[in-house]
This record gives sequence, C-alpha cells and structure tokens, in this order.
Amino acid sequence: MSGIITSKNIDPSLIHLQKNNTKSYWQIVWGRLMKNKGAMAGSFILIFFIGAALLAPVLAPFPIDEMKMENRFLPPSLDHLLGTDEFGRDILSRIMHGGRISLMMGLVAVSIAGITGVVLGVISGYYRRIDIYIMQMMDILLAFPSLLLAIAIIAVLGVGLTNAMIAVAISVIPSYVRVVRGAVLSIREKEYIEAVQALGVSDFKIIVKHIFPNVLSPVIVLSTLQFGTSILAAAALSFLGLGAQPPTPEWGAMAYVGKSFLLQAWWMSLFPGLAIMLVVLGFNLLGDGLRDALDPRLK
Amino acid sequence: MKEELLEVSDLKTHFPIQKGILKRNTGFVKAVDGVSFKLAKGETLGIVGESGCGKSTTGRSILRLINPTSGSVKYKGKEVTSLSKGELLKLRKEMQIVFQDPYASLNPRITIASILEEALSTHSIGKDKKERREIVLQLLERVGLNRQLANRYPHEFSGGQRQRIGIARAIAVNPTLIIADEPVSALDVSIQAQILNLFQDLQEQMGLTYIFIAHDLSVVKHISDKIGVMYLGRMVEYASKDDLFSNPSHPYTQALMSAVPVPNPLMKKEKISLKGDVPNPAAPPSGCTFHTRCNACMEVCKTIKPKDIEISPGHVVSCHLYDSAYN
Repeated sequence: MSGIITSKNIDPSLIHLQKNNTKSYWQIVWGRLMKNKGAMAGSFILIFFIGAALLAPVLAPFPIDEMKMENRFLPPSLDHLLGTDEFGRDILSRIMHGGRISLMMGLVAVSIAGITGVVLGVISGYYRRIDIYIMQMMDILLAFPSLLLAIAIIAVLGVGLTNAMIAVAISVIPSYVRVVRGAVLSIREKEYIEAVQALGVSDFKIIVKHIFPNVLSPVIVLSTLQFGTSILAAAALSFLGLGAQPPTPEWGAMAYVGKSFLLQAWWMSLFPGLAIMLVVLGFNLLGDGLRDALDPRLK
Repeated sequence: MKEELLEVSDLKTHFPIQKGILKRNTGFVKAVDGVSFKLAKGETLGIVGESGCGKSTTGRSILRLINPTSGSVKYKGKEVTSLSKGELLKLRKEMQIVFQDPYASLNPRITIASILEEALSTHSIGKDKKERREIVLQLLERVGLNRQLANRYPHEFSGGQRQRIGIARAIAVNPTLIIADEPVSALDVSIQAQILNLFQDLQEQMGLTYIFIAHDLSVVKHISDKIGVMYLGRMVEYASKDDLFSNPSHPYTQALMSAVPVPNPLMKKEKISLKGDVPNPAAPPSGCTFHTRCNACMEVCKTIKPKDIEISPGHVVSCHLYDSAYN
C-alpha cells in the first residue's frame, strides 16, 4: 500500500472510525493487563487487603487495645475468627488495623526511594560526567545486604516506625537508580532524542517530556515489586524489635510477640505472617503481570 | 554563481577510546578525518560510502549534535563550531535533520501532533496553541498525510508514513538546510521513490538545500547535484553528479560504480571487486588509507598521504594517480 492517504480517497465514515480507534500506549497496556490472570489474582488479593485496612475502623469486630484477661489465648472460633492474643485482644481486628501500618510503611518507603532513585538515575544516565560519582555511591550501598543496611541505619537514627521507613527507603534507592539509569542510557541514544536535540529543545524538557515517560514502565514494575519487598523488610525490622513497638498492631511486631507463645497459641504468629505473605504475593503477581504488559517486545 | 550556504573545511571528529576504570585514553577512532566541501543554496550534496566510513558523523558534526574535534564549518559565512548555546538555538532553526530509522525517530509515547507542535513551540512559531495546531495540520498535508491522523500515535503508522512525519518535523521550523541521514534505506523500494519525490517537491517549494547521506548510488544519482565519496573518514572524491558518473576517477569510486547492478542480464560488465574489509578506523593504514584494498596501489601510496587534486573544475580527487609528482 502506498504511504499516501489523501482526504480524497478516504470514505468519510471511515475517518470517523479511525478517530475512535486510536489507542494510547497506556490503554493498550491496560487491555493486556486485564487479560493476565496472575496480575488479576494479585490485584484481588491487594484490593481485599487494602479495603480491609482502609475500612478497619468500621469493620473491625473488636477494639485493638481492649484487654480482656478472661479471653487470653482463645483459639480461632466464631467469636474471634482468628483467635486472641496474650492480653485477650482480637487478632483479626489487630491484623486489619496493622494492615494500615504495614501498607503505609511500604507506600512511604517506595515513594521516598522511588522519587530519589528516579531523580538520581535520570541525572546519572543523562549527564554522563556525574554518572561515575552517583553510581559508585550506589555500588557502596549495594555492597551491603539490604536488611543489614537498614539495621545499620536504624542503629544511627534510633528505633521507631518512622526511622524504619527511612531505613527501608534508603536500602531500596540503589535498585531504582540502577534500573532508571539503564533505561535512560538506552533511550538517550534513540534517534527521537537526537531529533529534539537538533530542534534545540532544552535538556529539562527533553528529560520531562521524552525520557521520563519512556522510563516509566520499568519504574512502575519495580515499584510494585519493591512494595512487597519493603513491606517484608519493614515487617522483618519490626520482628527484630527495631521498627514498630508493641502494642502497635504491626504485622511483624505481632508475629514477634506470638513467637514466645508458639506452642500454646500458634495463631498469634501464623495469621500476621500469612497476611504479610499474601500481600507480598499479591504485589509480586501484579508486578510480574505489569512487567509482561509493559514489555515492548510484545507489542 | 549561486549564493554559498555552507563551507566545511578540514572537519575532523575523533572519538577517544577509553579503557580501564581510570578512563585513560588509549587512542582515537577517527570517524571523520579531514572532510572539506562547499555547498550552494538550493543544491543537493550526496554523500556515499560504506558503513562506518563517517557519513553520519559528518552530518551530525555539521549540526553540532556531535562536537567536532577540529576544522571549521561556516554557515552563511558564520563559524558554527564556536557558537554559544543561544546562537546555536538560532542555528537549529536553519538546519534540520531527517533520520534513517523511522521506527526510532519518533517518540512512541506522544501523538504526532504533539511531536510537530514541539518543534514549533521551541522556536516560538505561531502565536498560540490554536494557530500552532493549524500549522501542524498544514504540515501533515504538505508531506502527504491526512489531517485526521494528527492525534494518532507513531505505532499506528507504517514506515513510509513515519518517515513523512520525520520530514514534517524537519521542515516545521522552515529551515534552509536539511541533512538527510540515509532517509530511505530503511524503507521498501516502492516507498523509497515516493519519499525521494517528496524530498524533491519540498526542495522546489521551499528552496531547500540538502546534504543527502546514502550508501545506495542509484538513490544519490536520482537526487544529487554534487556527490562526495567517503572512505574511512575522508572524502576521496568530490564532483558534480555528471562528472562523477561519467568520469569516476578515484579507484574506490570506480569500484563502487562497478558494484551497481545493471538491469540487463545479457550485458557483460567488468567488476572491480575490493579485497578485504574496511580497516579499523582506530588504526588506519599509513599513507593513503585506501592502499590496502586498492588495485592501482603504488609504492608511494603506502607511505605518503595523497593531497586533494582538482583534475577538472569542481572535480577533486584525493589520489596519487593524478599527482604529476609521482607519475
């Protein structure tokens, strides 16, 4: 077919059709994601947990800090679906409220790490002169196992929920910088970047309009996967006693407390642990699905 | 005599080869190593040569998308290589580029209207959004695309259509000089002809000057007024199209010519086949860089670099065969 389409040889009704058929990149990705069973399963798990956490004040059957000594160590029953702990508090209610803290920790850690990491990664990939300094700093951070790094940061900042979030965020930054820098390096060599440079468009505009939208897809995938990892890391810190402190109903902290009563009341550790596992699984499924949906090779 | 637009003299672009963690320079790839030519307004210069001979780097060095190492590029008598950022922006409006790969030259995330609009807004063409939108639609029609397609994304177009959009982006700022970097080599033969015709139509309408880079002699023959043949970063022969095709003088040009297929199976043609590959541009041969593959190689070629010799007015050859000192 010839490349020429003139207004003369096109049926007006077809023009109408053409207009409506135009799909942006994100619409195509959305369509592909909806077809991915894993991603949909992950989304349902996440919607379930996020919904439960958001509606916890309304839905939770018991207050989280009401101690009833006669109800200590009750196994799961119709009254207390997931049992009670050593102070007679309802575990289901505490898990629902704990979800708010755990998910918030993941959100804050991923946001801090994501914004910092993307900015550093874009600078590193676009301005090659600064590259070596940023990347060597990141290599130093990457040399430590992330949990060890987080523990070291908490040792400096002090124990607590906020510091745990910051510690997790810092330990996640290098993976963002690496991914974004790699993507920017491949995109800045593309001819469309050269074309806008030849037009004299400023560096800032090139980065915001042309480079950033094209590195967005790996960032989205990474964020989804890091969400799970961050929640796990935050829970691990709380389990070690470095994050949320009892009586805060954080999942990691609840599992930690339950550990002492593992033989008498297995449900105290099992259910918070299960919640962590399911949320992380949900994020990983969604992340894998997003990676497939955003993969340009499938286009 | 036509008004002179561009004068390139002894342009050199060398890329450092860096090794080790300390990034020490261990040598240079001499991508462009002393290219000179003059181009008048409204003319088309075709640059041909094998891949890796520095054609594209020459084009990008003139535009200062790559900063040349030395030499001078004069546009309308003004030195381009030393322009400041602000002056360079003005130059960008005068010189534009069309790329080889239409699949890589358009940002896949934005609509083609917004690709073209960016060219206009960068150079403050058009008063407001509405006026710019109208200019964009006119541009689309000018390159033979339907206005209705403005809000589509690049992936919805064929290669030929994308190349038209690339051309529309280049002419959006109303330039004088367009460097076309192998604009048809990624397209089907049938589409190639359409795009070449579009280039010629636009040249007539807008008085454009082209530097047309290609590796296909028939394409260059179709569109050029002057032709430069490049080999390993140097321009070995530079002549008007007619001179070059009727009297190819450099042994390399002669070999290139003989490689053009003739559409007549009965015609017997003597083929000059070149031995070996293009040498490594980081360690080019001594003397004449072509001597390792030349079938007319003399002793002197191995040691002494040939000078540019004008064998007839406007026909310059860089070869010892035409130097009276050695014959």
